Amino acid sequence: MTIDEVRQIILNILEDIAPDEDISSIDDNTKLRDQIDLDSMDFLDIVMELRKRFNIEVPEKDYEHLATLAGCITYLQPLLKDRLAAS
Amino acid sequence: MNKPQLQRNWLKDIRSAYDTVVIGSGLAGMTSANLLAKLGHKVLLAEHHYNLGGMATWFKRKGGHIMDISLHGFPCGMIKTLRKYWSQDISNRVIQLKNVRFDNPQFSVNTSFDKLDFSHILKERFGILKEVIDEFFQTARGMNFYDDIVMTTRELFEKYFPGRTDVWRFLMEPITYANGSTLDDPAITYGIVFSNFMDKGVFTYQGGTDHLIKEMKKELLQNGVDIRTHCMVEKIYVEDKTVQGVRINGQDIACKSVLSNSNIMTTIEQLVGEEKFGPEYIKDVKNVRLNNSSCQVYMGVKKGEKIPHVGDLLFSSEAEEYCTEKILSKDITSRTFSFYYPEIRPGTDRYSIVSSTNARYEDWANLSEKEYLRDKNDLEQTTLNALEKYVPDIRKKIDHIEASTPKTFKRYTLHPSGTSFGTKFEGLKVSRDLPKQINGLFHAGSVGIIMSGWLGAANYGVIVANETDKFLRQRSPSLVTA
Repeated sequence: MTIDEVRQIILNILEDIAPDEDISSIDDNTKLRDQIDLDSMDFLDIVMELRKRFNIEVPEKDYEHLATLAGCITYLQPLLKDRLAAS
Repeated sequence: MNKPQLQRNWLKDIRSAYDTVVIGSGLAGMTSANLLAKLGHKVLLAEHHYNLGGMATWFKRKGGHIMDISLHGFPCGMIKTLRKYWSQDISNRVIQLKNVRFDNPQFSVNTSFDKLDFSHILKERFGILKEVIDEFFQTARGMNFYDDIVMTTRELFEKYFPGRTDVWRFLMEPITYANGSTLDDPAITYGIVFSNFMDKGVFTYQGGTDHLIKEMKKELLQNGVDIRTHCMVEKIYVEDKTVQGVRINGQDIACKSVLSNSNIMTTIEQLVGEEKFGPEYIKDVKNVRLNNSSCQVYMGVKKGEKIPHVGDLLFSSEAEEYCTEKILSKDITSRTFSFYYPEIRPGTDRYSIVSSTNARYEDWANLSEKEYLRDKNDLEQTTLNALEKYVPDIRKKIDHIEASTPKTFKRYTLHPSGTSFGTKFEGLKVSRDLPKQINGLFHAGSVGIIMSGWLGAANYGVIVANETDKFLRQRSPSLVTA
């Protein structure tokens, strides 16, 4: 899976969670919650969606990796690769 | 009605096994059941009462009266929670209550109950410096779940508004009614709830509790939840520290997990049994304090009669100062009036008023039947006397009045001591640690105040459904863990 594909997956999830936000303008390196209105429940939704869509489990200690879009991509790309190989 | 009810099998057509049995259909139980079903799990929602909703409930009386028990108002966060975990349509029905009113010997104030208006009132009416107000809001907002909880709300107020009991009352009284917290509880229990409300104000559900619960039931069924009312869960079976199943109305049902929306103490002590837990954990359980209960007086306005718009929520008191002890005492003069105007149920032209006071179970539990009825009547009459000030001739305008007490709450929710706000703060840890004691056993419900109220309960249901989903999927070999 390419970086762009991973990026799109994350943006799709964010779009479902925050439909009123302009997802296309998100900057990769700025904290997500500084750009769109995300609270801790929304982050929990991201974790649940990853589990539901890709069977990926993000342990609580790794939540910090999901703070920026770039962080999400770096963290999730290898896992999504495994996921694809496994399925 | 009685005979067929006894013969009816309320568990008819259920599966022989479930991924999750959710015990109780309070807002936490229903929200978690809905989410788990949406995530693909087989869910049974068992409710002992004939209605779903738990404390989010209502009742009807002759003359076309509908009384809402706990639809007093919730923070705007509920809009998002309803959209994400229920439906856009349900969420679209949330409307703002714009007129919150205080009336007591220290001050009389109307407010939209948001940060902007509160800041203005604190500055103009109470003469607090802008810098102090801003810092207070910032501190309250900054509090979170993981913080040091040593500071009490009293200490927080003492720090920013030393000696200003009028300001304390302005800041505290609504929150006491929202979640039962007092000046001596950890400040975090105040800060989080207060900030949630201050975000944008107080909101309610247009259509009333009956409409909301009906819509939620539709969603649950659509998502494949098996709902069974009149179903009392009697036992949670545990073997080798792992959930095996439950017994409902005498019938055994296998399940991989149980999510209990029953009271946390009841879940541990009665449904599972203390012997299944570690001694250290049980020590913590024994130290959990229950929160207080409530009394309510429900007044139904005659058909055709109108009442003027005197406010949506009215915090009324004759007490000189805010005082935790007094607010719980039986001869209380501090009440919250919730006024339900026809706008709450569009298409109707009916009004109702519900008065709520915080109360202690023990003040009501040990009375003779005669004393109990006398005290209930007294409660109704003193409430009407107090209301007369705001709605003159109230006695002529209503054709129905009745009261509920902590005993009533106990009967309908089965909560020990009829607690209407779950447990104090320490209950949260016990609830969170439950799955570490027994595999597949989860609890969501009012614990530790911040998980109370409509928004807190629904969100806690989501948090725990997430953990239940994780547990269920970990049994599947295809899960990739980072």
